Amino acid sequence: MSIQAIEDTKVKAFPTPAKPAEVIAFTARVRRRFDPGAIAGKLASTLVPPAIVIIVMLVIWQIACSSPNASLPAPSQVWNEAYDLIAHPFFDYGPQDIGLAWRVLISLQRVAIGFGLAAIVGVALGALVGQSIWAMRGLDPVFQILRTVPPLAWLPLSLAAFRDSSPSAIFVIFITSIWPVIINTAVGVRNIPEDYRNVSRILRLNQLEFFVKIMVPAAAPYIFTGLRIGIGLSWLAIVAAEMLTGGVGIGFFIWDAWNSSRLPDIIVALAYIGVTGFCLDRLVAAVGAFVTRSTTAK
Amino acid sequence: MTAYLKLDHIDKSFARGGQVSEVLKDIRLTIDKGEFVSIIGHSGCGKSTLLNLIAGLTKVTAGAVLLEDKEVDSPGPERAVVFQNHSLLPWLTVYENINLAVSKVFGRTRSRAERHDWIMRNLDLVQMAHARDKRPAEISGGMKQRVGIARALAMEPKILLLDEPFGALDALTRAHLQDAVMDIHSRLGSTTITITHDVDEAVLLSDRIVMMTNGPAATIGEVLPVPLVRPRRRIELSSDRTFLRCREAVLKFLYERHRLVEAAE
Repeated sequence: MSIQAIEDTKVKAFPTPAKPAEVIAFTARVRRRFDPGAIAGKLASTLVPPAIVIIVMLVIWQIACSSPNASLPAPSQVWNEAYDLIAHPFFDYGPQDIGLAWRVLISLQRVAIGFGLAAIVGVALGALVGQSIWAMRGLDPVFQILRTVPPLAWLPLSLAAFRDSSPSAIFVIFITSIWPVIINTAVGVRNIPEDYRNVSRILRLNQLEFFVKIMVPAAAPYIFTGLRIGIGLSWLAIVAAEMLTGGVGIGFFIWDAWNSSRLPDIIVALAYIGVTGFCLDRLVAAVGAFVTRSTTAK
Repeated sequence: MTAYLKLDHIDKSFARGGQVSEVLKDIRLTIDKGEFVSIIGHSGCGKSTLLNLIAGLTKVTAGAVLLEDKEVDSPGPERAVVFQNHSLLPWLTVYENINLAVSKVFGRTRSRAERHDWIMRNLDLVQMAHARDKRPAEISGGMKQRVGIARALAMEPKILLLDEPFGALDALTRAHLQDAVMDIHSRLGSTTITITHDVDEAVLLSDRIVMMTNGPAATIGEVLPVPLVRPRRRIELSSDRTFLRCREAVLKFLYERHRLVEAAE
Protein backbone atom coordinates (compact mmCIF):
# COMPACT_ATOMS: atom_id res chain seq x y z
CA MET A 1 0.00 0.00 0.00
CA SER A 2 1.33 3.34 -0.86
CA ILE A 3 0.07 6.64 0.31
CA GLN A 4 -1.14 8.73 -2.49
CA ALA A 5 0.20 12.19 -2.66
CA ILE A 6 -2.48 14.78 -2.36
CA GLU A 7 -2.64 17.06 -5.24
CA ASP A 8 -1.77 20.62 -4.41
CA THR A 9 -4.87 22.02 -5.91
CA LYS A 10 -7.08 20.07 -3.59
CA VAL A 11 -5.50 21.36 -0.42
CA LYS A 12 -6.74 24.61 0.98
CA ALA A 13 -5.15 26.13 4.02
CA PHE A 14 -8.37 27.48 5.35
CA PRO A 15 -11.35 25.83 3.78
CA THR A 16 -14.06 28.43 3.49
CA PRO A 17 -17.59 27.24 3.08
CA ALA A 18 -19.46 28.37 0.00
CA LYS A 19 -22.26 29.76 2.07
CA PRO A 20 -22.40 30.67 5.74
CA ALA A 21 -23.41 27.80 7.94
CA GLU A 22 -27.00 27.70 8.87
CA VAL A 23 -27.48 28.27 12.57
CA ILE A 24 -29.61 25.59 14.05
CA ALA A 25 -30.99 26.53 17.40
CA PHE A 26 -30.18 23.91 19.94
CA THR A 27 -33.43 22.64 21.21
CA ALA A 28 -33.13 20.58 24.33
CA ARG A 29 -35.56 17.72 24.21
CA VAL A 30 -38.31 18.95 26.47
CA ARG A 31 -38.87 16.38 29.11
CA ARG A 32 -42.50 15.72 29.25
CA ARG A 33 -43.92 16.23 32.66
CA PHE A 34 -46.68 13.77 32.12
CA ASP A 35 -45.44 10.56 30.63
CA PRO A 36 -48.31 8.05 30.65
CA GLY A 37 -46.06 5.16 29.72
CA ALA A 38 -43.60 5.69 32.58
CA ILE A 39 -46.35 6.28 35.13
CA ALA A 40 -48.23 3.16 34.02
CA GLY A 41 -45.04 1.13 34.28
CA LYS A 42 -44.33 2.44 37.77
CA LEU A 43 -47.88 1.80 38.91
CA ALA A 44 -47.76 -1.72 37.53
CA SER A 45 -44.50 -2.50 39.30
CA THR A 46 -45.92 -1.35 42.67
CA LEU A 47 -49.44 -2.71 42.28
CA VAL A 48 -49.03 -6.01 40.48
CA PRO A 49 -46.96 -7.90 43.10
CA PRO A 50 -49.31 -7.20 46.04
CA ALA A 51 -52.32 -7.92 43.82
CA ILE A 52 -50.90 -11.33 42.96
CA VAL A 53 -50.22 -12.07 46.64
CA ILE A 54 -53.76 -11.06 47.62
CA ILE A 55 -55.29 -13.24 44.89
CA VAL A 56 -53.19 -16.22 45.94
CA MET A 57 -54.20 -15.70 49.58
CA LEU A 58 -57.87 -15.46 48.65
CA VAL A 59 -57.63 -18.68 46.64
CA ILE A 60 -55.96 -20.54 49.52
CA TRP A 61 -58.50 -19.15 51.94
CA GLN A 62 -61.36 -20.17 49.61
CA ILE A 63 -60.03 -23.72 49.35
CA ALA A 64 -59.36 -24.02 53.07
CA CYS A 65 -62.83 -22.82 54.12
CA SER A 66 -64.92 -24.35 51.38
CA SER A 67 -65.80 -27.56 53.23
CA PRO A 68 -69.35 -27.51 54.64
CA ASN A 69 -68.23 -27.85 58.27
CA ALA A 70 -65.56 -25.11 58.10
CA SER A 71 -65.67 -22.83 61.14
CA LEU A 72 -64.84 -19.61 59.25
CA PRO A 73 -66.54 -18.19 56.15
CA ALA A 74 -64.84 -18.43 52.77
CA PRO A 75 -64.26 -15.26 50.67
CA SER A 76 -67.18 -16.08 48.38
CA GLN A 77 -69.47 -16.35 51.39
CA VAL A 78 -68.18 -13.04 52.75
CA TRP A 79 -68.87 -11.40 49.41
CA ASN A 80 -72.42 -12.79 49.25
CA GLU A 81 -73.51 -12.22 52.82
CA ALA A 82 -71.82 -8.91 53.50
CA TYR A 83 -72.35 -7.43 50.05
CA ASP A 84 -74.34 -4.50 51.46
CA LEU A 85 -71.47 -3.50 53.72
CA ILE A 86 -68.89 -3.74 50.96
CA ALA A 87 -70.87 -1.98 48.25
CA HIS A 88 -72.53 0.75 50.30
CA PRO A 89 -70.14 2.16 52.89
CA PHE A 90 -72.26 5.29 53.42
CA PHE A 91 -75.79 3.93 53.94
CA ASP A 92 -77.73 5.32 56.88
CA TYR A 93 -80.83 3.43 58.03
CA GLY A 94 -81.17 4.83 61.51
CA PRO A 95 -79.07 5.45 64.61
CA GLN A 96 -77.60 1.94 64.97
CA ASP A 97 -77.71 0.78 61.36
CA ILE A 98 -75.16 2.79 59.40
CA GLY A 99 -72.49 2.04 56.81
CA LEU A 100 -68.96 1.04 57.80
CA ALA A 101 -67.46 4.27 56.46
CA TRP A 102 -69.58 6.24 58.92
CA ARG A 103 -68.48 3.96 61.74
CA VAL A 104 -64.84 4.41 60.77
CA LEU A 105 -65.34 8.19 60.74
CA ILE A 106 -66.88 8.13 64.21
CA SER A 107 -63.95 6.06 65.48
CA LEU A 108 -61.54 8.41 63.74
CA GLN A 109 -63.13 11.32 65.55
CA ARG A 110 -62.40 9.62 68.89
CA VAL A 111 -58.84 8.92 67.77
CA ALA A 112 -58.44 12.53 66.66
CA ILE A 113 -59.37 13.81 70.11
CA GLY A 114 -57.42 11.22 72.08
CA PHE A 115 -54.35 11.31 69.87
CA GLY A 116 -54.47 15.08 69.54
CA LEU A 117 -54.32 15.41 73.33
CA ALA A 118 -51.57 12.79 73.48
CA ALA A 119 -49.56 14.72 70.88
CA ILE A 120 -49.81 18.02 72.76
CA VAL A 121 -49.19 16.61 76.24
CA GLY A 122 -46.59 14.16 74.92
CA VAL A 123 -44.48 16.81 73.21
CA ALA A 124 -44.67 19.06 76.29
CA LEU A 125 -43.71 16.25 78.69
CA GLY A 126 -41.06 14.97 76.31
CA ALA A 127 -39.54 18.45 76.12
CA LEU A 128 -39.45 18.59 79.92
CA VAL A 129 -37.84 15.17 80.23
CA GLY A 130 -35.35 15.97 77.47
CA GLN A 131 -34.42 19.34 78.93
CA SER A 132 -34.10 18.61 82.61
CA ILE A 133 -31.86 15.89 83.93
CA TRP A 134 -33.89 15.69 87.14
CA ALA A 135 -37.20 15.42 85.33
CA MET A 136 -35.68 12.60 83.34
CA ARG A 137 -34.39 10.77 86.40
CA GLY A 138 -37.76 11.10 88.08
CA LEU A 139 -40.15 10.52 85.23
CA ASP A 140 -38.37 8.20 82.85
CA PRO A 141 -38.64 5.01 84.99
CA VAL A 142 -42.33 5.71 85.54
CA PHE A 143 -42.87 6.15 81.81
CA GLN A 144 -40.94 3.02 80.99
CA ILE A 145 -43.19 0.96 83.28
CA LEU A 146 -46.49 2.57 82.33
CA ARG A 147 -45.89 2.31 78.61
CA THR A 148 -45.91 -1.49 78.75
CA VAL A 149 -49.44 -1.59 80.21
CA PRO A 150 -51.80 -2.87 77.49
CA PRO A 151 -54.59 -0.49 76.38
CA LEU A 152 -57.40 -2.67 77.68
CA ALA A 153 -55.94 -2.76 81.17
CA TRP A 154 -56.58 0.98 81.49
CA LEU A 155 -60.24 0.63 80.59
CA PRO A 156 -61.78 -0.44 83.95
CA LEU A 157 -59.90 2.32 85.75
CA SER A 158 -60.92 4.99 83.28
CA LEU A 159 -64.54 3.79 83.33
CA ALA A 160 -64.48 4.08 87.11
CA ALA A 161 -62.87 7.52 86.95
CA PHE A 162 -64.95 9.11 84.19
CA ARG A 163 -68.24 7.19 84.76
CA ASP A 164 -68.99 7.51 81.08
CA SER A 165 -67.96 5.42 78.11
CA SER A 166 -67.05 8.16 75.64
CA PRO A 167 -64.37 9.96 77.70
CA SER A 168 -63.10 6.57 78.86
CA ALA A 169 -62.51 5.45 75.30
CA ILE A 170 -60.73 8.71 74.53
CA PHE A 171 -58.62 8.37 77.67
CA VAL A 172 -57.59 4.85 76.69
CA ILE A 173 -56.48 6.14 73.28
CA PHE A 174 -54.64 9.00 74.94
CA ILE A 175 -52.81 6.84 77.46
CA THR A 176 -51.87 4.26 74.84
CA SER A 177 -50.44 6.62 72.30
CA ILE A 178 -48.71 9.16 74.54
CA TRP A 179 -45.63 7.09 75.50
CA PRO A 180 -43.84 6.92 72.17
CA VAL A 181 -44.50 10.65 71.70
CA ILE A 182 -42.95 11.47 75.09
CA ILE A 183 -39.97 9.17 74.68
CA ASN A 184 -39.12 10.19 71.12
CA THR A 185 -39.53 13.87 71.86
CA ALA A 186 -37.23 13.50 74.87
CA VAL A 187 -34.58 11.79 72.76
CA GLY A 188 -34.92 14.48 70.09
CA VAL A 189 -34.56 17.28 72.62
CA ARG A 190 -31.57 15.61 74.23
CA ASN A 191 -29.92 15.38 70.81
CA ILE A 192 -30.23 19.09 70.00
CA PRO A 193 -26.67 20.13 69.09
CA GLU A 194 -24.93 22.12 71.80
CA ASP A 195 -24.25 24.86 69.24
CA TYR A 196 -27.95 25.58 68.79
CA ARG A 197 -28.26 25.93 72.55
CA ASN A 198 -25.27 28.28 72.59
CA VAL A 199 -26.82 30.38 69.83
CA SER A 200 -30.00 30.71 71.86
CA ARG A 201 -28.03 31.58 74.99
CA ILE A 202 -26.08 34.30 73.21
CA LEU A 203 -29.33 35.70 71.84
CA ARG A 204 -30.85 35.38 75.33
CA LEU A 205 -33.93 33.61 74.02
CA ASN A 206 -36.41 32.97 76.81
CA GLN A 207 -37.84 29.52 77.54
CA LEU A 208 -40.84 29.94 75.26
CA GLU A 209 -38.80 31.36 72.37
CA PHE A 210 -36.30 28.54 72.74
CA PHE A 211 -39.10 25.96 72.73
CA VAL A 212 -40.84 27.36 69.65
CA LYS A 213 -37.85 28.54 67.60
CA ILE A 214 -35.16 26.00 68.39
CA MET A 215 -36.40 22.96 70.28
CA VAL A 216 -39.47 21.98 68.26
CA PRO A 217 -37.89 22.42 64.82
CA ALA A 218 -34.66 20.74 65.89
CA ALA A 219 -36.45 17.77 67.42
CA ALA A 220 -39.12 17.57 64.70
CA PRO A 221 -37.81 14.42 63.01
CA TYR A 222 -37.86 12.58 66.35
CA ILE A 223 -41.23 14.04 67.30
CA PHE A 224 -42.78 12.81 64.08
CA THR A 225 -41.35 9.33 64.56
CA GLY A 226 -43.07 9.29 67.95
CA LEU A 227 -46.31 10.61 66.49
CA ARG A 228 -46.26 7.96 63.79
CA ILE A 229 -45.86 5.14 66.31
CA GLY A 230 -48.45 6.85 68.51
CA ILE A 231 -51.13 7.04 65.84
CA GLY A 232 -50.65 3.36 65.08
CA LEU A 233 -51.08 2.49 68.75
CA SER A 234 -54.12 4.71 69.14
CA TRP A 235 -55.81 2.99 66.22
CA LEU A 236 -55.06 -0.35 67.89
CA ALA A 237 -56.60 0.96 71.09
CA ILE A 238 -59.79 2.37 69.55
CA VAL A 239 -61.08 -1.06 68.59
CA ALA A 240 -60.37 -2.48 72.02
CA ALA A 241 -61.92 0.52 73.76
CA GLU A 242 -65.08 0.54 71.65
CA MET A 243 -65.65 -3.18 72.07
CA LEU A 244 -66.37 -2.57 75.72
CA THR A 245 -67.78 0.93 75.79
CA GLY A 246 -70.31 0.49 73.00
CA GLY A 247 -71.49 3.25 70.72
CA VAL A 248 -71.44 3.25 66.96
CA GLY A 249 -67.72 3.01 66.15
CA ILE A 250 -66.04 0.35 64.08
CA GLY A 251 -64.76 -1.46 67.17
CA PHE A 252 -68.21 -1.85 68.65
CA PHE A 253 -69.47 -3.06 65.27
CA ILE A 254 -67.10 -6.04 65.45
CA TRP A 255 -68.22 -6.88 68.96
CA ASP A 256 -71.86 -6.56 67.90
CA ALA A 257 -71.32 -8.75 64.83
CA TRP A 258 -69.68 -11.41 66.97
CA ASN A 259 -72.62 -11.40 69.37
CA SER A 260 -75.02 -11.93 66.50
CA SER A 261 -72.72 -14.42 64.73
CA ARG A 262 -72.18 -12.37 61.57
CA LEU A 263 -68.66 -13.53 60.83
CA PRO A 264 -68.53 -12.17 57.24
CA ASP A 265 -69.30 -8.67 58.62
CA ILE A 266 -66.34 -8.96 60.97
CA ILE A 267 -64.02 -9.81 58.10
CA VAL A 268 -65.19 -6.78 56.10
CA ALA A 269 -64.72 -4.59 59.20
CA LEU A 270 -61.17 -5.94 59.62
CA ALA A 271 -60.37 -4.88 56.08
CA TYR A 272 -61.72 -1.39 56.79
CA ILE A 273 -59.67 -1.10 59.96
CA GLY A 274 -56.52 -2.27 58.25
CA VAL A 275 -56.85 0.12 55.34
CA THR A 276 -57.70 3.04 57.64
CA GLY A 277 -54.74 2.30 59.91
CA PHE A 278 -52.47 2.16 56.88
CA CYS A 279 -53.80 5.51 55.65
CA LEU A 280 -53.33 7.12 59.08
CA ASP A 281 -49.74 5.93 59.23
CA ARG A 282 -49.00 7.24 55.76
CA LEU A 283 -50.73 10.53 56.52
CA VAL A 284 -48.57 11.21 59.59
CA ALA A 285 -45.46 10.09 57.72
CA ALA A 286 -46.29 12.45 54.84
CA VAL A 287 -46.94 15.38 57.18
CA GLY A 288 -43.68 14.61 58.96
CA ALA A 289 -41.74 14.43 55.71
CA PHE A 290 -43.22 17.76 54.63
CA VAL A 291 -42.60 19.55 57.92
CA THR A 292 -39.07 18.25 58.46
CA ARG A 293 -37.95 18.53 54.82
CA SER A 294 -35.43 21.21 55.69
CA THR A 295 -34.40 20.00 59.13
CA THR A 296 -33.13 16.60 58.12
CA ALA A 297 -30.83 17.89 55.38
CA LYS A 298 -27.78 19.25 57.12
CA MET B 1 -7.56 54.77 80.74
CA THR B 2 -9.05 51.43 81.69
CA ALA B 3 -9.06 48.56 79.25
CA TYR B 4 -12.05 47.78 77.07
CA LEU B 5 -11.93 44.09 77.85
CA LYS B 6 -10.00 42.82 80.84
CA LEU B 7 -9.31 39.22 81.75
CA ASP B 8 -8.42 39.50 85.40
CA HIS B 9 -6.50 36.56 86.89
CA ILE B 10 -8.79 33.93 85.43
CA ASP B 11 -8.60 30.30 86.56
CA LYS B 12 -10.78 27.63 85.09
CA SER B 13 -11.05 24.04 86.21
CA PHE B 14 -13.55 21.33 85.44
CA ALA B 15 -14.70 18.90 88.09
CA ARG B 16 -15.73 15.51 86.89
CA GLY B 17 -16.47 12.67 89.28
CA GLY B 18 -14.38 14.04 92.12
CA GLN B 19 -11.43 14.68 89.82
CA VAL B 20 -10.62 18.30 89.26
CA SER B 21 -8.73 19.12 86.08
CA GLU B 22 -7.21 22.54 85.85
CA VAL B 23 -7.51 23.91 82.32
CA LEU B 24 -6.56 27.55 82.56
CA LYS B 25 -4.48 29.23 85.21
CA ASP B 26 -3.87 32.88 85.91
CA ILE B 27 -4.94 34.34 82.57
CA ARG B 28 -4.25 38.06 82.50
CA LEU B 29 -4.94 40.10 79.38
CA THR B 30 -6.30 43.48 78.43
CA ILE B 31 -7.68 44.29 75.02
CA ASP B 32 -8.32 47.77 73.67
CA LYS B 33 -11.33 48.88 71.73
CA GLY B 34 -11.02 48.10 68.02
CA GLU B 35 -8.11 45.76 68.52
CA PHE B 36 -7.80 42.50 66.62
CA VAL B 37 -6.34 39.78 68.81
CA SER B 38 -5.59 36.17 67.90
CA ILE B 39 -5.23 33.39 70.42
CA ILE B 40 -2.98 30.61 69.23
CA GLY B 41 -1.85 27.40 70.84
CA HIS B 42 -1.73 23.65 70.42
CA SER B 43 -4.96 21.73 70.49
CA GLY B 44 -6.16 20.99 73.99
CA CYS B 45 -4.54 24.07 75.49
CA GLY B 46 -7.85 25.62 76.42
CA LYS B 47 -8.17 28.23 73.67
CA SER B 48 -11.82 27.41 73.11
CA THR B 49 -12.46 27.35 76.83
CA LEU B 50 -10.98 30.84 77.08
CA LEU B 51 -13.24 32.08 74.29
CA ASN B 52 -16.26 30.48 75.96
CA LEU B 53 -15.35 32.26 79.18
CA ILE B 54 -15.28 35.61 77.40
CA ALA B 55 -18.56 34.73 75.68
CA GLY B 56 -20.01 33.80 79.07
CA LEU B 57 -20.99 30.34 77.86
CA THR B 58 -18.87 28.86 80.65
CA LYS B 59 -18.30 30.38 84.04
CA VAL B 60 -14.88 31.22 85.44
CA THR B 61 -13.66 29.31 88.50
CA ALA B 62 -11.75 32.29 89.82
CA GLY B 63 -11.03 35.79 88.55
CA ALA B 64 -13.29 37.81 86.30
CA VAL B 65 -13.99 38.88 82.73
CA LEU B 66 -14.61 42.62 82.66
CA LEU B 67 -16.11 44.35 79.65
CA GLU B 68 -16.07 48.14 80.04
CA ASP B 69 -15.48 47.56 83.76
CA LYS B 70 -18.61 45.44 84.10
CA GLU B 71 -18.28 41.79 85.00
CA VAL B 72 -19.73 39.34 82.49
CA ASP B 73 -20.88 35.95 83.74
CA SER B 74 -23.60 35.04 81.25
CA PRO B 75 -23.78 35.01 77.46
CA GLY B 76 -25.28 37.94 75.58
CA PRO B 77 -25.50 39.48 72.13
CA GLU B 78 -22.90 42.16 72.92
CA ARG B 79 -20.34 39.35 72.75
CA ALA B 80 -21.33 37.61 69.54
CA VAL B 81 -19.68 34.30 68.67
CA VAL B 82 -18.98 32.87 65.23
CA PHE B 83 -18.78 29.13 65.77
CA GLN B 84 -16.39 26.82 64.00
CA ASN B 85 -19.16 24.81 62.38
CA HIS B 86 -21.28 27.91 61.57
CA SER B 87 -24.22 26.57 63.65
CA LEU B 88 -26.83 28.15 61.44
CA LEU B 89 -30.27 26.72 62.04
CA PRO B 90 -30.90 24.40 59.08
CA TRP B 91 -34.65 24.90 58.99
CA LEU B 92 -34.34 28.66 58.50
CA THR B 93 -33.18 30.48 55.38
CA VAL B 94 -30.10 32.69 55.43
CA TYR B 95 -32.31 35.74 55.89
CA GLU B 96 -34.37 34.11 58.64
CA ASN B 97 -31.25 33.01 60.49
CA ILE B 98 -30.07 36.59 60.73
CA ASN B 99 -33.58 37.82 61.37
CA LEU B 100 -33.78 35.55 64.43
CA ALA B 101 -30.86 37.45 65.92
CA VAL B 102 -31.91 40.90 64.71
CA SER B 103 -35.52 40.65 65.85
CA LYS B 104 -34.38 39.43 69.27
CA VAL B 105 -31.75 42.13 69.76
CA PHE B 106 -33.50 45.05 68.04
CA GLY B 107 -37.14 43.90 68.18
CA ARG B 108 -38.13 46.72 70.52
CA THR B 109 -35.86 49.51 69.37
CA ARG B 110 -36.15 49.35 65.58
CA SER B 111 -39.08 49.21 63.19
CA ARG B 112 -39.67 46.28 60.88
CA ALA B 113 -38.36 48.22 57.88
CA GLU B 114 -35.25 49.30 59.77
CA ARG B 115 -34.60 45.71 60.82
CA HIS B 116 -34.98 44.54 57.23
CA ASP B 117 -32.50 47.16 56.02
CA TRP B 118 -30.11 46.17 58.78
CA ILE B 119 -30.26 42.48 57.83
CA MET B 120 -29.65 43.30 54.16
CA ARG B 121 -26.77 45.63 55.06
CA ASN B 122 -25.06 42.85 56.99
CA LEU B 123 -25.68 40.35 54.21
CA ASP B 124 -24.15 42.82 51.77
CA LEU B 125 -21.17 43.22 54.07
CA VAL B 126 -20.32 39.53 53.71
CA GLN B 127 -21.48 39.49 50.05
CA MET B 128 -24.24 37.02 50.70
CA ALA B 129 -27.32 39.09 49.79
CA HIS B 130 -27.84 36.95 46.71
CA ALA B 131 -28.43 33.86 48.84
CA ARG B 132 -30.89 35.38 51.28
CA ASP B 133 -33.62 32.83 50.55
CA LYS B 134 -31.39 29.77 50.51
CA ARG B 135 -31.22 27.32 53.36
CA PRO B 136 -27.84 26.48 54.92
CA ALA B 137 -27.84 23.05 53.28
CA GLU B 138 -27.95 24.69 49.85
CA ILE B 139 -24.83 26.85 50.23
CA SER B 140 -21.14 25.98 50.55
CA GLY B 141 -19.14 25.81 53.76
CA GLY B 142 -17.46 29.14 53.13
CA MET B 143 -20.81 30.79 52.44
CA LYS B 144 -22.26 29.35 55.65
CA GLN B 145 -19.38 30.84 57.58
CA ARG B 146 -19.99 34.22 55.90
CA VAL B 147 -23.60 34.06 57.01
CA GLY B 148 -22.43 33.10 60.49
CA ILE B 149 -20.24 36.20 60.55
CA ALA B 150 -23.14 38.33 59.27
CA ARG B 151 -25.37 36.97 62.01
CA ALA B 152 -22.78 37.85 64.65
CA LEU B 153 -22.18 41.33 63.19
CA ALA B 154 -25.93 41.95 62.98
CA MET B 155 -26.10 41.78 66.77
CA GLU B 156 -23.92 44.90 66.79
CA PRO B 157 -21.60 43.32 69.32
CA LYS B 158 -19.06 45.15 71.43
CA ILE B 159 -16.75 42.23 70.87
CA LEU B 160 -16.75 39.76 68.03
CA LEU B 161 -15.53 36.31 69.05
CA LEU B 162 -14.42 33.92 66.33
CA ASP B 163 -13.93 30.30 67.38
CA GLU B 164 -11.62 28.81 64.74
CA PRO B 165 -13.98 30.20 62.13
CA PHE B 166 -12.03 28.99 59.12
CA GLY B 167 -10.84 25.68 60.52
CA ALA B 168 -13.20 23.55 58.47
CA LEU B 169 -12.60 25.34 55.17
CA ASP B 170 -10.25 24.65 52.30
CA ALA B 171 -7.21 26.91 51.89
CA LEU B 172 -8.57 29.08 49.06
CA THR B 173 -11.93 29.68 50.70
CA ARG B 174 -10.11 30.40 53.92
CA ALA B 175 -7.99 33.09 52.26
CA HIS B 176 -11.12 34.73 50.83
CA LEU B 177 -12.77 34.78 54.23
CA GLN B 178 -9.66 36.13 55.92
CA ASP B 179 -9.72 39.01 53.47
CA ALA B 180 -13.40 39.52 54.16
CA VAL B 181 -12.78 39.60 57.91
CA MET B 182 -9.92 42.10 57.50
CA ASP B 183 -12.11 44.26 55.30
CA ILE B 184 -14.97 44.21 57.79
CA HIS B 185 -12.63 44.94 60.66
CA SER B 186 -11.20 47.97 58.86
CA ARG B 187 -14.68 49.26 58.01
CA LEU B 188 -16.40 48.72 61.34
CA GLY B 189 -13.43 48.82 63.68
CA SER B 190 -14.97 45.99 65.66
CA THR B 191 -12.99 44.62 68.57
CA THR B 192 -12.27 41.06 67.54
CA ILE B 193 -10.82 38.01 69.23
CA THR B 194 -10.18 35.01 67.06
CA ILE B 195 -8.95 31.56 67.92
CA THR B 196 -6.72 29.85 65.43
CA HIS B 197 -4.05 27.23 65.08
CA ASP B 198 -2.82 28.65 61.80
CA VAL B 199 0.32 30.74 62.27
CA ASP B 200 0.02 32.65 58.96
CA GLU B 201 -3.58 33.48 59.71
CA ALA B 202 -2.71 34.81 63.15
CA VAL B 203 0.06 37.07 61.81
CA LEU B 204 -1.98 38.25 58.85
CA LEU B 205 -5.06 39.24 60.82
CA SER B 206 -3.92 40.37 64.23
CA ASP B 207 -2.68 43.44 65.99
CA ARG B 208 -1.47 41.16 68.75
CA ILE B 209 -1.01 37.41 68.98
CA VAL B 210 -1.63 35.74 72.32
CA MET B 211 0.34 32.52 72.56
CA MET B 212 -0.83 29.90 75.00
CA THR B 213 1.32 27.35 76.79
CA ASN B 214 0.28 23.72 76.81
CA GLY B 215 -2.19 22.39 79.32
CA PRO B 216 -3.00 21.29 81.92
CA ALA B 217 -3.17 24.64 83.68
CA ALA B 218 -2.35 26.48 80.48
CA THR B 219 -1.65 30.17 80.61
CA ILE B 220 -0.57 32.97 78.34
CA GLY B 221 3.05 32.31 77.45
CA GLU B 222 3.76 35.38 75.40
CA VAL B 223 1.97 38.24 73.65
CA LEU B 224 3.44 39.25 70.32
CA PRO B 225 2.54 42.62 68.77
CA VAL B 226 2.32 42.58 64.98
CA PRO B 227 3.45 46.03 63.82
CA LEU B 228 2.27 45.70 60.23
CA VAL B 229 0.38 48.58 58.66
CA ARG B 230 -3.14 48.08 57.45
CA PRO B 231 -4.55 47.38 54.95
CA ARG B 232 -2.47 44.23 54.67
CA ARG B 233 -2.16 42.32 51.44
CA ARG B 234 -1.18 38.69 51.65
CA ILE B 235 0.96 38.69 48.52
CA GLU B 236 3.10 41.65 49.59
CA LEU B 237 3.37 40.27 53.09
CA SER B 238 4.74 36.94 51.97
CA SER B 239 8.16 38.56 51.56
CA ASP B 240 7.78 41.30 54.18
CA ARG B 241 10.54 41.24 56.84
CA THR B 242 8.24 42.13 59.73
CA PHE B 243 5.75 39.50 58.68
CA LEU B 244 8.42 36.84 58.45
CA ARG B 245 9.93 37.86 61.79
CA CYS B 246 6.54 37.62 63.54
CA ARG B 247 5.82 34.34 61.85
CA GLU B 248 9.15 32.95 62.99
CA ALA B 249 8.55 34.13 66.54
CA VAL B 250 5.22 32.32 66.72
CA LEU B 251 6.66 29.19 65.14
CA LYS B 252 9.54 29.17 67.61
CA PHE B 253 7.16 29.58 70.50
CA LEU B 254 4.93 26.74 69.32
CA TYR B 255 7.49 24.25 68.11
CA GLU B 256 10.62 24.92 70.14
CA ARG B 257 9.68 26.18 73.55
CA HIS B 258 6.19 24.75 73.88
CA ARG B 259 6.26 21.72 71.69
CA LEU B 260 3.25 19.51 72.25
CA VAL B 261 4.77 16.39 73.76
CA GLU B 262 1.86 14.05 73.07
CA ALA B 263 1.81 15.01 69.41
CA ALA B 264 5.52 14.36 69.03
CA GLU B 265 5.50 10.92 70.54
